[in-house]
Amino acid sequence: MNLTLRIWRQSGPQDKGRMVTYQVEDVSPDMSFLEMLDVLNERLILAGEEPIAFDHDCREGICGMCGLMINGEAHGPQRGTTACQLHMRQFSDGDTISIEPWRARAFPVVKDLVVNRNAFDKIIAAGGYVTAPTGSAPEAHSVPVAKADADAAFESAACIGCGACVAACPNGSGMLFTAAKVTQLSLLPQGQPERYTRVLGMVEAHDEAGFGGCTNAGECTVVCPKGIPLTTIGRLNRDYLAATTRRADTPGT
Amino acid sequence: MAVTGILLVLFLIAHMLGNLKIFSGATSFDHYAHWLRELGVPLLPASGFLWVQRVGLVTAAVLHIWAATVLALRARAARPVRYAHRKKVRGSYAARTMRWGGVIILLFVVYHILDLTTGTLNPVGDSSRPYANVVADFAPERWYVTLFYTLAVVTLGFHLRHGVFSALRSLGQQTPRGEQRARVVALVFAVALCAGYLLVPFAVLTGLVS
Repeated sequence: MNLTLRIWRQSGPQDKGRMVTYQVEDVSPDMSFLEMLDVLNERLILAGEEPIAFDHDCREGICGMCGLMINGEAHGPQRGTTACQLHMRQFSDGDTISIEPWRARAFPVVKDLVVNRNAFDKIIAAGGYVTAPTGSAPEAHSVPVAKADADAAFESAACIGCGACVAACPNGSGMLFTAAKVTQLSLLPQGQPERYTRVLGMVEAHDEAGFGGCTNAGECTVVCPKGIPLTTIGRLNRDYLAATTRRADTPGT
Repeated sequence: MAVTGILLVLFLIAHMLGNLKIFSGATSFDHYAHWLRELGVPLLPASGFLWVQRVGLVTAAVLHIWAATVLALRARAARPVRYAHRKKVRGSYAARTMRWGGVIILLFVVYHILDLTTGTLNPVGDSSRPYANVVADFAPERWYVTLFYTLAVVTLGFHLRHGVFSALRSLGQQTPRGEQRARVVALVFAVALCAGYLLVPFAVLTGLVS
């Protein structure tokens, strides 16, 4: 396969950035999208040019590091798949593919396709934890959890924090991420002590980071590689409503 | 958004039911309009109920628009650099057109008040004969009024299609089956309200009401 790539190049946070066109020849359909970028980078290095910076780590869809806007779709055309698990067979010979970083004020571009997702860490730090006794692991059966709750919590816990929800959201909102991190804990007995301070603190951190507000447009859930459902945001809303009636609590403590 | 939206929707339901009284004849329709003015008398002054309602509706509408503006400004600030290539947003058409749809509805409401409340833009414009006002408004030779009305009502339908679902979600709808139900309820409600509002102008246009 021969492809034309239009890639966002930006030398640093201060640079304005621009789309640059590259040609890649002899791409195997069995390559992953990132391997195809590796091939291009090898060639750029040999030619003495600056290789394209992009985030990646596990390359098996579980770490949440990779994240590219491919042809205007977060993680590309295949649903439930991260960019690293996307194969070139999803494209055809002669295609022009545009590749951009996540675009959000809260995710400033570090270089080329790499963005700083520190804002997500701040949201987690504002309440994404439980008080747990340290020491040896407790007996699993000592705290019974209803199967339905365990399943729903697990569904939310599948979030890898890649940021595709923010990238796809017409409002640039990180609400699906925040909701997943709130509900994975608030559905379980272990998460109850901080249930209401958690939701207030995390939503506040979300807003402070400069993300937009959720309007239930539903773009996020379509591109989410882990298929976090939109109902998760409903769970967050309900917790938030309940939390705002409890005035004694201080967020994030 | 959700709370003010629900208040406005309650008014829309009452207003639509009132409109449909036109099918029970001129006397009955005019009588209903006069009854609205006398509602609550002597507890309230004449037209007192209407003014209470008007103040309530304006407050709800202003808060609704204010919340929408805040959301729109936040959305704009949240993405300072736009995508060079953005696939057409996959979500529903209704969700995509909430903001501009809202502007169209607001413009229509302004026109609608000038037309059928103050009578400024109405060919009859006699507030004591609302039936005559309506019939004159949607007369076949004033097809552009009917067209604008239809456009506004369809826009309202789309606005409600996403708005009702979104309001339920904002107020804590959280189960997958409930989401399906909420979407169906929003769709059925939007279609029913559209149909209810469009019945009147088309009945006048086709001569069913004259």
